[in-house]
Amino acid sequence: MGTETLYDISLTVNGVVREARVPARRLLSDCLRHDLGLTGTHVGCEHGVCGCCTVLLDGEPVRSCLTFAVSVDGHEITTIEGLAAPDGTLSAVQRAFAESHALQCGFCTPGFLCTVTALLNENPAPSDEEILEGISGNLCRCTGYQNIIKAVRRAAELSAEQERDGTGEAAPAATGAAGAPRASGATGGATGE
Amino acid sequence: MTTSLFGERVQRLEDPRLLTGNGRYLDDLGRDALAAAFVRSPHAHARIREINVDRALDVPGIVAIYTWEDLPERIGEPLPLLIPHPALTHGRTARPLAKDVVRHVGEPVVMVVARDRYAAEDACDRIEVEYEPLPAVVGIENAVRGEHLVHPDVPGNVGAHLVQEVPSADGRSAAEMIEAAPHRLEFRLDIERSASMPLEGRGVYARWDPDDGSLRVYSSTQTSTSVRMAIAAKLGLPLPKVEVIAPDVGGGFGVKIMHPWPEEVLIPWAARTLGREIKWTEDRREHFISSAHERGQVQYVRVGFDDDGRILGLDVTFLHDHGAYTPYGIIVPIITSTQLLGPYKPGAYRVEFSSVYTNTVIVTPYRGAGRPQGVFCMERTMDRIAAYLGKDRTEVRAANFIQPDEFPYDHRLTFQDGRPLIYDSGNYPEALRMLKELIGWDEFAKERERAAAEGRRIGIGIGCYVEGTGVGPYEGGHVQVTSDGRVHVSTGLTSQGQGHQTAFAQIAATELGVPIERVSVVTGDTRRFGYAVGTFASRAAVMSGNAIALACRKVREKALRIAADALEADPGDLTITDGIVHVKGNPSASIPLSTVAVLANPLRYAFDEEAKRATQFATAASDDKPPVAEGEEPGLEGRDYYSPVRSTFAYGMHAAIVETDPETAEIKVLRYAVVHDCGRLINPMIVDGQIHGGVAQGIGGALYERMVYDEHGQLLNASFMDFLMPYATEVPRVETAHLETPSPLNPLGIKGAGEAGVIPVSAVIASAIEDAEGIPIMKMPISPSELFHLRRTASARVG
Amino acid sequence: MKPPPFDYHAPRTVGEALEVLADAGPEGKVLAGGQSLIPLMNMRLAAPARLVDINRIGALDTVTADARGVRVGALARHATVERSAAVAERQPLLRQALRHVAHPVIRNRGTVVGSIVHADPAAELPAVLALLGGTVRLARHGAPEREVPAAEFFLGPLESALQPGELAVSAFFPALPPGSGTAFCEIARRHGDFALAGVAALVTLDDDLRITTAKVACIGVGPVPVVVDVSAECARRPAASAASPAVAAAVRDRVEPEDDIHATAEYRRHLTGVLAERALRLAAERASHG
Ligand SMILES: Cc1cc2nc3c(=O)[nH]c(=O)nc-3n(C[C@H](O)[C@H](O)[C@H](O)COP(=O)(O)OP(=O)(O)OC[C@H]3O[C@@H](n4cnc5c(N)ncnc54)[C@H](O)[C@@H]3O)c2cc1C
Ligand code: FES
Ligand code: FES
Repeated sequence: MGTETLYDISLTVNGVVREARVPARRLLSDCLRHDLGLTGTHVGCEHGVCGCCTVLLDGEPVRSCLTFAVSVDGHEITTIEGLAAPDGTLSAVQRAFAESHALQCGFCTPGFLCTVTALLNENPAPSDEEILEGISGNLCRCTGYQNIIKAVRRAAELSAEQERDGTGEAAPAATGAAGAPRASGATGGATGE
Repeated sequence: MTTSLFGERVQRLEDPRLLTGNGRYLDDLGRDALAAAFVRSPHAHARIREINVDRALDVPGIVAIYTWEDLPERIGEPLPLLIPHPALTHGRTARPLAKDVVRHVGEPVVMVVARDRYAAEDACDRIEVEYEPLPAVVGIENAVRGEHLVHPDVPGNVGAHLVQEVPSADGRSAAEMIEAAPHRLEFRLDIERSASMPLEGRGVYARWDPDDGSLRVYSSTQTSTSVRMAIAAKLGLPLPKVEVIAPDVGGGFGVKIMHPWPEEVLIPWAARTLGREIKWTEDRREHFISSAHERGQVQYVRVGFDDDGRILGLDVTFLHDHGAYTPYGIIVPIITSTQLLGPYKPGAYRVEFSSVYTNTVIVTPYRGAGRPQGVFCMERTMDRIAAYLGKDRTEVRAANFIQPDEFPYDHRLTFQDGRPLIYDSGNYPEALRMLKELIGWDEFAKERERAAAEGRRIGIGIGCYVEGTGVGPYEGGHVQVTSDGRVHVSTGLTSQGQGHQTAFAQIAATELGVPIERVSVVTGDTRRFGYAVGTFASRAAVMSGNAIALACRKVREKALRIAADALEADPGDLTITDGIVHVKGNPSASIPLSTVAVLANPLRYAFDEEAKRATQFATAASDDKPPVAEGEEPGLEGRDYYSPVRSTFAYGMHAAIVETDPETAEIKVLRYAVVHDCGRLINPMIVDGQIHGGVAQGIGGALYERMVYDEHGQLLNASFMDFLMPYATEVPRVETAHLETPSPLNPLGIKGAGEAGVIPVSAVIASAIEDAEGIPIMKMPISPSELFHLRRTASARVG
Repeated sequence: MKPPPFDYHAPRTVGEALEVLADAGPEGKVLAGGQSLIPLMNMRLAAPARLVDINRIGALDTVTADARGVRVGALARHATVERSAAVAERQPLLRQALRHVAHPVIRNRGTVVGSIVHADPAAELPAVLALLGGTVRLARHGAPEREVPAAEFFLGPLESALQPGELAVSAFFPALPPGSGTAFCEIARRHGDFALAGVAALVTLDDDLRITTAKVACIGVGPVPVVVDVSAECARRPAASAASPAVAAAVRDRVEPEDDIHATAEYRRHLTGVLAERALRLAAERASHG
């Protein structure tokens, strides 16, 4: 068996340009976790079903276990490590998850946080049905989803409050420094652009 | 005790870490470690003829390849049978790597160690194993037929056989009582396999320190202390040279209480052999075929009852499928056979089970651990009786309840911990009343009529259960107050998302009178606490919670003693508020706990300002007393253990309303209500969360999840695409109400809550579907396709 | 579950891609959204020696909608097509079907053309293409592009007319004829799963709101999408009676479902009848309001 070609790639992860040398088959999830040391992104199935590995690619949630790192060379990635503001202030979604007890073991949480962040960026006031559809591709084995649904509602509320109080800039509602969403909604709580 | 946080909905202390990607799960550790992967058997039953690894040797990055032959004697031996039982006459366990026969798809045959997991899998692909397939035993009934054997020396494939019999008060057997009863019924029930399926699989990471001769192992386990002892024994290392740590664990639900897994022995062994850090992270496919499953049973029920539906005699015979090996013993069927009784008191009871081998993945406890099957059996029986007598299903249940004034209630059976099955407390009639109110039981008939007028089919169902929680033998807690006033709590059992860091901190903060922010809790780290049993059987809060409370009480007593000395007061006049010890009613006469901690540890060396205050010359110890008083130890810390005489029994009742589509046979749960009593609640938010999660798993087990084996023993749905765990879209809203009947058995009055949610769900959903359809539901889980065929059969019978 | 090694190519133009594909022959495989291919590779059920990643070919990231219909380029993601108002106006069945394709996050990455080429018998988009009589445009190095009609494109489960060396550059979905309506009804075990059975329907009415054409395409009940023309059964009946037991029976008779772990063939056949009625009713309703 011959040795594999390695590729030099550069990703903007959570607003910071990161370089890595990877074989073409390196999954983005493994690249983030093992090459870049960002272990917040979790891997629960490696076949696209559980959603634990969901990250934002140019602002949109995608499965990092179904993406080759080389494929997204040059793109922007936001992971759970990039959701809080640079000063560490938790985003509205993160706070809502804590307030609502929307996590138990926390293994599914990175995927939910990224998915919900994007959901609220696109649709700041989702209906219950839209919430359900929005998180319908993420498995959680612990919470029975009850409090995750509550947390999404609560996050929408918190973002709206922040927006009203004009504190949106200081504590980003959803996305952190990076990941200006491509399909950002009209009024999303995010700072984005 | 002014700062009482006991019973408050305190936000979790573990969340800030987990919400920012700063949790540390097994695979987050050991970035530079080598990776292991396994060649696993593709056959359910086969003889290994030959293993050829040649083609794997030139895979770039390969480090080592091991087969059974390469293992030293002690490592290659069969793994321990963890819980022996006299009834388990033919216990068998696997070797870490198969020697000459494999007995289920997924059994490890070769271990590969390589630079990373990619390379390790490349090597696995190139290893050639020649097998001679043997006939596979799949399915409980094929197993008992015994045509083919899983183990040649286990006749009839029966590993264990157990009978327990409780005669009636006047000494008549169950058979006699049934014969003499005014009414009798006889039927069969089936439950299929599911699995814990935590989102994080198993994993082991081992670091050997050659200079120190010590081993540190991280394992995604529910019991680090016992894994430690197993590893020390297998590797022949002195116990103090082995440390095992359960890092953040991404869910367990039972599967991670099994140990030592083959990998928990092999990875540390290889790390020591190679002198390299090695990590194995189980992937999802491996988890399906090489971890554990649970639930599969076939039950035969005979019951005799009177006109009120009161059970006079109950005789249950069931077959339990325990898979290819029995490393965890027969805990699951024992629990089924005892907890089947639920909140009821049949006149006489006889239960008999055979636990059988099949060429499938092993069966070890999954949340509920045999109770869901038992409850399914009993609750289906209740519904059958009600249907037979034309009575309301809740009336029949009420007629059989143990009454509040009958506690402690002795079932005269032996429970899973080898102790008598004696319920400590409860109020079943009240729980039923609350449940009926919550779900609107009495109004449902009208609702059903309204729905029927619109062409819709709805039904209501109910299920009750009692759960022995907090089984022994013991857990311990250690509490240390350091001179910065911080409180460090540790306990040996492990956490998988139950919020122990918060609940235990609430207990410590309440007991010690300190702000919760100053308390930190460590679980599952043998460096901090070496004695423990593990997290299972809804025991963590009861066992470690009480142990920590007791340890805190020791610390508190000591703190008051030292403070009393310093304040020249009577310890009895002192209390602690906000981390400050003061005279009751006189807050000015006070001393902070941090200073008490300083005083508790007289020092020689003043390495900082705090320490300076504790040096021998600074403290005002009198000349004729030793600096550390007789009977005292330095430091403000305490350790204590909680060891109960027997389990404490939580209980609950669930009800659901389902709708079935008349055309497509789709089944939708419209409402789900839970009334639950786990004694005093430490943190109601966390308890509700446990119930929600349990119910969702229950819904999965009732309507979606099953392990589908073909006749060759291939697991046909070993992926999340085909093993259907519910998403948010499949789980109904869960409505909960609590009763709090304190347990008289432990200082905190608590009972376990971890498994409650899942236990009665299959029974409840079956009851509701039966109500909607008018067709007996005797088999769970049930899919729309199966309901469709049940309808066909039923209408063929009628037509 | 890590993918096996492969040679990787990331062309920036269609021409480059075709050259690599020609060179690779049967060893080459196109990587589009990767939402079907990468799971197979992670499970080592697919091990292409050479992978041609088309994600950098901007020219393929196109969606155009005009009076003739909708042309979807090979790099257009499910989500883009689903969100496009222009697409929904010209051919509403695409959005109706896409709502049933996996989950929103998968749709952000998966491509419409990839789904068609993948030819999963339970997938929604092949049925849409088949029902509408659309085409797939295939390109090959040094040869003219060929436009393959849906009826000739789907050959079997996971088997299409795409030859080694070929790239599917786009798929074309004819516009909705005047007086027409469409619907997609399906039943999956869980929301977002591949369907147990599903039916896409197209109904066209004349000026008197009587049915002139009624067709369905069924998924999950045969090796390829099963298109059934029930115009005869519906002939000139009023829109409101598009669905009838006779129509359901006609559809049921044509499908060839198989047993699997999730459902029996008999149940799937039954469901297809029910869904055909539902989809036709809905499509007719939309046609009469459209
Ligand atoms: C959890 C999950 C659930 C899903 N559920 C559904 C569902 O309910 N319904 C459904 O329809 N799909 C479902 N999918 C599949 C999804 O829709 C895929 O996106 C789609 O099937 C393939 O599109 P892709 O762009 O990802 O293709 P890829 O995975 O990149 O490729 C798939 C195949 O097509 C070939 N190919 C792709 N594009 C071209 C091209 N332009 N030219 C030549 N060959 C090409 C590839 O070589 C490969 O063989 C699901 C996927 C996942 C992970
Ligand atoms: S790990 Fe990517 S979806 Fe499960
Ligand atoms: S919190 Fe454990 S899987 Fe969601």
